[in-house]
This record gives sequence, structure tokens and C-alpha cells, in this order.
Amino acid sequence: MIVAQQKPVEDIAQMIADCKKVLFVGCAGCVTVCLAGGEKETEVLASAMRIKRNLENNPLEATTFTCTRQCDPEYIVPLDNLVKDVDAIVSLACGVGVQYLAERFKDKWVVPALDTKFIGGSVTHGNWEEKCGLCGDCILHRTGGICPIIRCSKSILNGPCGGSQYGKCEVSKDVDCAWQLIYDRMKALGKLDKLMEFQPPKDWSKSRDGGPRKAIREDVMID
Amino acid sequence: MKNLSKLQQILDSGQFAVTAEIGPPKHSSAEGIRHHAEMMRDYVDATNITDNQTAIVRLSSIAAGVHVLNCGIEPIVQMTCRDRNRIAMQSDLMGAYSLGMRNVLCLSGDHQKFGNHPTSKNVYDIDSMQLIYYLRRMRDEKLFFSGEEIKEHEPRFFIGAVANPFADPFEFRVDRLEKKVEAGAQFIQTQCIFDMERFERFMEMVRERGIDERVHILAGVTPMKSWRAAKYIQNNVSGMIVPDELVERLKNAEDPKREGVDICIEQIKYIKENVRGVHGVHVMAIAWEEVVPEIVERSGLYPRPKVG
Repeated sequence: MIVAQQKPVEDIAQMIADCKKVLFVGCAGCVTVCLAGGEKETEVLASAMRIKRNLENNPLEATTFTCTRQCDPEYIVPLDNLVKDVDAIVSLACGVGVQYLAERFKDKWVVPALDTKFIGGSVTHGNWEEKCGLCGDCILHRTGGICPIIRCSKSILNGPCGGSQYGKCEVSKDVDCAWQLIYDRMKALGKLDKLMEFQPPKDWSKSRDGGPRKAIREDVMID
Repeated sequence: MKNLSKLQQILDSGQFAVTAEIGPPKHSSAEGIRHHAEMMRDYVDATNITDNQTAIVRLSSIAAGVHVLNCGIEPIVQMTCRDRNRIAMQSDLMGAYSLGMRNVLCLSGDHQKFGNHPTSKNVYDIDSMQLIYYLRRMRDEKLFFSGEEIKEHEPRFFIGAVANPFADPFEFRVDRLEKKVEAGAQFIQTQCIFDMERFERFMEMVRERGIDERVHILAGVTPMKSWRAAKYIQNNVSGMIVPDELVERLKNAEDPKREGVDICIEQIKYIKENVRGVHGVHVMAIAWEEVVPEIVERSGLYPRPKVG
């Protein structure tokens, strides 16, 4: 899932400082799972803003709505009736949701309440880790199911670099060396010889560097 | 313009090579580089020019290479994968070759987190292994990294790489060295050796696989000025092992700087006489370039061989 974190309340307040009426829009997708922008967080944030503005003698009319997903057009249609008289929309979705709202409500000031961090999963409750670099060309079959693109700080495909020690990355003692993990796993699988194969440079045109990417499934298209 | 690297001639003729290192300054004057180059000229066969070492912005390694070359020393241009994509690397290396540089050392580079621009965006478009492979192909098959033909004047570098026997996983270090040799590395400079026992174990594995017969290995040594420096490296520099005995020896020394130089000389002599498969020594006197001539001379490596 996409992991996001809420921006500091102060920062969000700044973005809507000159607004009187604001709609806070949550998302029931990924950001609900990572406890950053679901229904509960949306209500809490709206309340926090109301209280803060009351204390400043500058009351804010804050309304809320949580979409099933902000990244699908049909789920933001219900907002049509809710945004009419607001000065701003605060999106508690990932960056995709913010852009979908901004695209649909062209005359509205749409701002992000979250910082979209990475694609990952939960380790324990309240602890998420980045696992995928969204490179568009998966090589996990060559690296024992551990992604060096995002989990190695230098994205080395023929690693490990000279900074790996005691299983940790040179960047921090809290970061596992991805190549130590790859080595251990390949060893356990009896596949160390695979690591001796030269891995050619990555085709980054399939990644972000090729411009915005598209995925087409003609078999599920309606028109 | 001469085509063959002097370092390559010395190593290929079976002579024990000596390289040192010059760290370009954090400003735009070449005075210090020239001073260090002139001082080292007769004592080393070539000198590495570090490339924004520890991710700190410094005078360009290629520009510094020109100054060194003008002082009569052969530069080894370091090229990290951190700062340039494959387009910039090829462009800069062809530029370096056109300026007379004949040696290149391919390395991934320290992470930018450690430098003076920790918020910068790194590149790591290709890794050091890939850089080695494609530079060799550039020279031997006249192809750009993309596979497009280089119609004329392909750069013909003597290609170097690094190995760190002190990083983990230890067993894989020899595999990775072999992989670099397969990719096209012709000489290897090792990380600073303080833990001789581990280095000897590493070299034993290297010899068992005959890797030392396919590549020239230069053992990295570093003179330390004080026990605090040793302790710092021991605790804070990733991928390095400094034995406690070494820290203690510097601590108990009357003149720690002298002791640091003595230790370095002992290490060189020991490696040269006892560790088979080592073809030279790489002296990394970090921010202490002045001491290189003394180390070379007292190690019995002076005068240096003359080549065509």
C-alpha cells in the first residue's frame, strides 16, 4: 500500500489560514490502513482545526467527507454537492487523491494534509517499511525476493558496496544492508552462484525517469 | 599523446607499484594540489584524485587531474556512481581521456548523507560493476554504454576498481572482487588495511581462486596521526576494522605521529614480503600528503622505476 503521514497541524493550518469554510476529505483506501487519512483521522483533523481557529478568535466552518477512494473518479463525484460554497478543500489522501480533487474542482483551492512517503507494508502495528521502488521492471526473482532498488541505499544491482558491516547499511545502524539479506537468503536457497551473474544497468525509462507512466488493460475497458 | 598508462606498464612488467592519493580542496585554487603533486612526483607511480570524497563538494577530480598531470604525475581519476548518470560519466571520462588521463578508478561512492549536502538527490544510475563493464567494452569493442558505435578515438583507459576485505558479508567480498575482474577491472586498490589477519585471509581466498593472476592488487595503507583518529575510524567509519592493539600502540607512543608512520611502513614491508598476490601498495595519507615521500623511501620502494 501507499504509506503517508500527516503533515504537522501548524503547516496544514497555514495553508488554509485565510479560509472561512473548508471541506476535509478523507480516503478509505491505503491511508486508512496506515492510519493517516481515514474517516477517523479526517474527523480528528477537522476538530483540531476548529478548536485552533476558535482559540484564535477566527472561527472555521469545517465539514468532512470520506471517499471510498480518491484515486477513482466515480468516488469523488459525491463531492460535487459538498464543495460548492467552501473556500478550500483539504485532501487527506495520497498525492494522487489531491490531484484528482484539484482536477475535478478547478475553481477550488485544494491542499494536501499528508506527505506521501512510499510504497510499503507494516512490520508491526504503527511501524511501516518501504519495500518497493516502483521501478517498473521487477527483478525480485534475481535477488531472493529482496528489492535492492529501494532497500539498498545506493540501488546497487551487483552489490554489496564497501560500506556494509555487521549486516547494516553505511547510512544507519538501523537500516539492514539489503545485500546482506540477499546474500543470506540466496545462500540458504543454495543459489549463491546466481549472484555471480553480471546484472546489467537498469532500464530507468520504465521508472519515473521515463515521464509519467500509464497502464492500459484493454480487456477491461468499457468504451 | 601517449597511449599507455605508466601505472599499467609498471604493473604489467611485474614491478611492485606505488600509488598515493591527492584529495582536491574545498575551493577553487589548484595551488595545494600542485604542491602535493610536486612533492610526490618522484615517489609514486600514479596518484588517485578523489571524486568529491565522503560526498563533500570539492574541486573536480578531472580538473585536479590536469594540474597533477602538468606536474609530471600520472593521475588516476576516481569516478563515483553517486553524482553522475551514465550520460555524464561517459562525457566526463572522454573529456578526461582527451586531457591525457589514462587511469580510472570506478567506485560507488559514499552516500551523500555523510557529506556537506545531505539533502541532495543521489544518482546511482549504474553501479560500479556496470561502470567497469561498460568502460572495458567502450575500449575493447568501441561501443558507448548504450551499444552505439564509437566511430573513432574511443577512450582506452586502464580500469581500476576497489575491494574492501573488511566489509560484510566477508565471503562475498572475494566473489565480488572476482565479479569485478570478470567485468573488466585490471587493477584493484583495497580499503585501508589495519586488520592484517583479515587481509591475509582475504588474500588466501583470492589466491585459491587464482584471482591475483588475473588482476593487479594494490594493498591500501593509511598512516594515522593519533590514537583518537584510530578510534574514530574504529567506531565511525563503516566498512573498516581497526584492531584495539593498534589504538593502544598509538596511545602509548611518545610521538604518535612518528609511530603512525612507523606502523604504516611496517605494514608495507610486511605485505610486500609476506602476502603473496599483492602487486603494489596504495598509500592513502588522508590530509597528510606530505608524509608520503618518507613512507615510500623508508619502505625501500625508492627510487621508483622509470618507464618509456
